[in-house]
Amino acid sequence: MITFIELLVNGISIGAVYALIALGFVVIFKATEVVNFAHASLLLVGGFIIAKTHESVGFWPALLLGLAGAAVLGALIEFLVIRRANVVNHSVLAIVTIGVDIVLTTELTRQIGTEVLALGDPWGSQVLHLGAVNIPLARIAALLAASAVIAAFLLAFKYTNWGVAMRATAEDAETAALMGVRRGRVSMGAWAVAGALAALAALFMCIFPTPGLDRTVTATAMKAFPAAILGGLDSTTGALAGGLIIGVTESLVSGYQGELVFLGRGLGDVAPFLVMIIVLLIRPAGLFGTRELARV
Amino acid sequence: MNVHDPGPPGDSGLTVRDLAVSYGPVTALRGISLEVPRGSVVTVLGGNGAGKSTLLRAISGTLRFHRGGITAGEIGFGRARLSGAATSAVVAHGVVQVPEGRKIFARMTVEENLRAGALGARDRRSASESRERVLTLFPVLAERARQRAGLLSGGEQQMLAIGRALMARPKLLLLDEPTLGLAPMMAARIADTVREINAQGTTVLLVEQNAALALSLASHAYVLEVGEVVLSGPAAELAESDEVRRRYLGIGDDRDEAPLAGAAPARPALSRWSA
Ligand SMILES: Nc1ncnc2c1ncn2[C@@H]1O[C@H](COP(=O)(O)OP(=O)(O)O)[C@@H](O)[C@H]1O
Ligand SMILES: [Mg+2]
Repeated sequence: MITFIELLVNGISIGAVYALIALGFVVIFKATEVVNFAHASLLLVGGFIIAKTHESVGFWPALLLGLAGAAVLGALIEFLVIRRANVVNHSVLAIVTIGVDIVLTTELTRQIGTEVLALGDPWGSQVLHLGAVNIPLARIAALLAASAVIAAFLLAFKYTNWGVAMRATAEDAETAALMGVRRGRVSMGAWAVAGALAALAALFMCIFPTPGLDRTVTATAMKAFPAAILGGLDSTTGALAGGLIIGVTESLVSGYQGELVFLGRGLGDVAPFLVMIIVLLIRPAGLFGTRELARV
Repeated sequence: MNVHDPGPPGDSGLTVRDLAVSYGPVTALRGISLEVPRGSVVTVLGGNGAGKSTLLRAISGTLRFHRGGITAGEIGFGRARLSGAATSAVVAHGVVQVPEGRKIFARMTVEENLRAGALGARDRRSASESRERVLTLFPVLAERARQRAGLLSGGEQQMLAIGRALMARPKLLLLDEPTLGLAPMMAARIADTVREINAQGTTVLLVEQNAALALSLASHAYVLEVGEVVLSGPAAELAESDEVRRRYLGIGDDRDEAPLAGAAPARPALSRWSA
């Protein structure tokens, strides 16, 4: 039972982090109809900036730099690549983002090399003891920070002019334009927000129990893809649900790996994709989505 | 037919000169000219495919959404040049369109739709004032403020679409077939509203297939056929002309088939010309 609670809390915590990534993914899709395969490299850039600057400027300023850096990079990708690529087919743009991803990831993994970079977070490997339940402080920080940011995001999405403009554009870009909404600004804003969310996710993916930022972080970030897709690529609620489902599944499956050994090793890594496939077989548009991914 | 006398110089209405529009190889407008003087209601009549929506898209700068473009001519509003301007700039100049088929944001609430309408407003502070004006004009929108707009009836959706456009405080309101698919009673209500909006000082360019209703509202009318202006003149004169009566009001040669209707303002919604 205690193991179960620990695994569950860990799962929710990592799930909230996946939700941050998935949310950015969904926001970009809603604003521009582009499936952003460069999302993992935005995350890598954010983490890299934090890792490289925290020793000289301190952790919190480094975190801000990481968030800002990834946001600016997202906006730049939108401005220089997505907006210029004069194609009407969104599948082509998705392929363009794969190109961007390859360029960024190759360069950064070359810089990182075989190192494991610490991010200088204040939580370290401290563990919170609640009776017999032990939970790392880093996981609690992840859960709280991700929840707060997601809540703030959803409130902004619902109540600010930015959110109204985003939703109007997502629903009908031409009519939103007739309201005077500038689509370029909306999509650039979406990419910037997605970048910042990814950078925050990078932080919580690279601190305890993970030893630090290394070249494999993009592979871990890929697990947020099934989160976004199974939730429904055009649904913010779906991104949350998807993130939590993937996080909890992964945590429980890994935790009980011993009992599930007949299914083979490394099941925790495969489980997210299995869950996604099962959900899509039942609901092709995802749990909360309205659009099927057939055309991507 | 009378050629419309352009308003006095300096009159900051809408001026369209020799406008030609193509969608790739398809030519939709072949050099049309028209004027909408400030404070007036002008209507553009024509059947399906005549180019009415294309004209409004050209004015609003949304042709690119349809892979179309202006190939010749100019559109001006007051001293501003609208041809070539971004849609957001057109809205900022006070030219706001209510698109064909209402195009409300169905997944958003009524309130949020109105809010979306104010996004491009020149003066954001006046949003609450505009909202009050819209809700006075359409009290039903206040009752349904928190409902999803997709749940409204067709007539209510049209009111929302007009109300949403008014949130941007337009100087010139472009209406694309606002009575399309509405019951005669509701169409008459929309017509009354257009009159009211105009009386409050907004210039109106009304595109319609419902000729009787449109001619009852407008001071001046243009008839569009396959991308060309074939008739134009004061609305009352057009309503009396044999050709318009026969072709657009269903009176005359095929009196037996079409419902009898007059263009008199007293009975505006009785007839509906359809292609
Ligand atoms: N997106 C488009 N692509 C190609 N041709 C179009 C498009 N929209 C309209 N057209 C053509 O332009 C002409 C005028 O259409 P439209 O302006 O919609 O007419 P109306 O609004 O008067 O019914 C028609 O021949 C129509 O087929
Ligand atoms: Mg039309």
